[in-house]
This record gives sequence, structure tokens and C-alpha cells, in this order.
Amino acid sequence: MARVISTSLLLLFLLPGLALAGGIEVREFDGPVMERRYAELTATLRCPKCQNQAIDDSDSPIAGDMRDRVYALLKDGRSDKEILDFMVDRFGDYVLYNPRLEGRTFLLWGLPAALAVLGLVLVGLLVRSRRNASAQALSTEERKRLDALINRERTE
Amino acid sequence: MKRRLILLLPLALFLVLAVFFYQGLSLNPFQRDSALMAETFPAFELTTLEDPSRTVDESLLQGEVTLVNVWGEWCPTCKQEMPQLLELAERGVRLVGVDYKDTREKGLGFLAEFGNPFEVNIFDPDGDLGFDLGVYGAPETFLVDADGVIRYHHTGYIKPQDVTEVILPEVEKWRE
Repeated sequence: MARVISTSLLLLFLLPGLALAGGIEVREFDGPVMERRYAELTATLRCPKCQNQAIDDSDSPIAGDMRDRVYALLKDGRSDKEILDFMVDRFGDYVLYNPRLEGRTFLLWGLPAALAVLGLVLVGLLVRSRRNASAQALSTEERKRLDALINRERTE
Repeated sequence: MKRRLILLLPLALFLVLAVFFYQGLSLNPFQRDSALMAETFPAFELTTLEDPSRTVDESLLQGEVTLVNVWGEWCPTCKQEMPQLLELAERGVRLVGVDYKDTREKGLGFLAEFGNPFEVNIFDPDGDLGFDLGVYGAPETFLVDADGVIRYHHTGYIKPQDVTEVILPEVEKWRE
């Protein structure tokens, strides 16, 4: 009995390893530069079938096909831009995790900057108006009222 | 008073953005236009499913409005979609199939079992044509006009009501 249990436990520990071994793709790279480019490209290309996963992180068949193409195009000596264009031509801007700066994406890139500037301007305006207010001397009426308040507090 | 209104500006901005993002929550992320819309059907050279010795290319899709359906034996939704495709064929729409990532044997078995609405089936075992079409699942359906330009794209299942409500009007529109 104990033997059965220990064997099944051993199998349980080995199973994840087997699953991993099945999922690994072996690729031969022409040097570390190509390997790094492959890693970068597959990390910034988004799997079109998945909700939010890069193709290097997805088991979806289409993600596997896209990795194969990235590899083949790199082997073919294409530039990163050519490879991204190749994917966008087929799957649309959706596959880019880094949207390009162009007419249609101007709002996307510009809005955060515009909001930050707007916030700074607002803060600046508020600070300035406060500073002006405190710099102003109190009128005699205000001074009287202030004295009255202080005196009252002192008597209490 | 004017100064007070300025203080409300962040709240107003927040509300605008909240409405914008809330709408995004109910959008279907798979409901997006094909990158090939208004583009020429990609070039290909593949054999037909029916006859391994017959090679076809993109000229197959010229001269008549054609509905290109990407399917596979492995795809359960494709089986449910077949009655709708048969109805479209019956109503005089020219259909061409793309047997995507399949084996010839399984593909032919599928047609024998569920019916064959297609004039011809392009056999795409490696999914090369599918890749050039930007297909990331099946079924997907493309409407190609008489000049071989993609005019409409349907991702996923064609529901029974889509036949008369969506597909046929699109076919008519591009026949003119």
C-alpha cells in the first residue's frame, strides 16, 4: 500500500514536468541578437484569439502559428518593423501591444499627457489664487472681527 | 461662482471617462473588423479538397460575388453552421469553402455527413491561406465581390436569423 502511495505521489510530482516538456518549442537562433529580437517581438505581439495574452505566453494554435512566422521572417532577415507590418496586415492593430503613434491613435497617446498638463495648470491656478488671498492685508472690518473671535476664545 | 465651477472640472472629466470605459465593458472583443476589409483576397495556390491534382488560386474568386467560409472537421461550431450555409447555397449564393488545418479524409467525411453547400473547397492543411486571411479560429466567413475584393467579414457562427438579416442583404449589396 505504502509503495502504491509513494509511486503515485512520485507520478504526481513528475506530471507537471511532462506537461512542460510537451509545450516547449526548440528553436535555433543565429546568435543572441536574433534570440533577443524573437523574445521581444513575441512579447509585444498580442494573440488575436485570446483576451489578453502575448503570443509568447499563449497555447492557442494561432499564437503558435504566429511564433513560427516571426521566427521564419527573422531567419529571412526581415526588420522588426516589417514583421510587425506583416502581422498588422493580417490581424489588424489589435495584435500590437504598443499601438503606433498615428492619426487614429493620437487621442490614445495624447490624452494622458493632456490630462497631466491640465492637472498641473489647475494646481498652479489654485496655488496662485490661495497665495494672493493670503497676501492681501486684512481690512479694518476683518481685523475687528478677527480680534473679536480671538478675544472671545481667550475669555472662554 | 466661476471659480467653483472650475473645481467641478475633474469630476466632469471623471464622469465622461467613466461612461466611455463603462461602454467598453459591454463590447465584444471578437467583434472587430477584419484587417483585410476592402483589400484584395490574398494570393494562394492550393489544391482542392475534392481533387488533389487540381490546383486553384485567387482567380477562382473573380467574376461573381462569392461567400468564402473557413471551416474544419475539428470545429464543432462549423457543424452547427452547415444548415445555414446550405440554405444560402439554395438561395443562389456561390459558396467556396476553405478546409482549414484538416486532413483530406476528415474533411471529405465532414461534407458527406453534414452536406456540401460549396462549389469547391480549397484544401489548406497547414493553415497558410487562413493565416493570410487573418483567421484565428473557425468558422469565419468572408464575402468577396466580383473583383476579388473582401467586402464583408463574419467572425464565428452564422446564426439561422443571420441568413436573411445579415448575409443575404450583404450579398445583394455587392452584386450591384
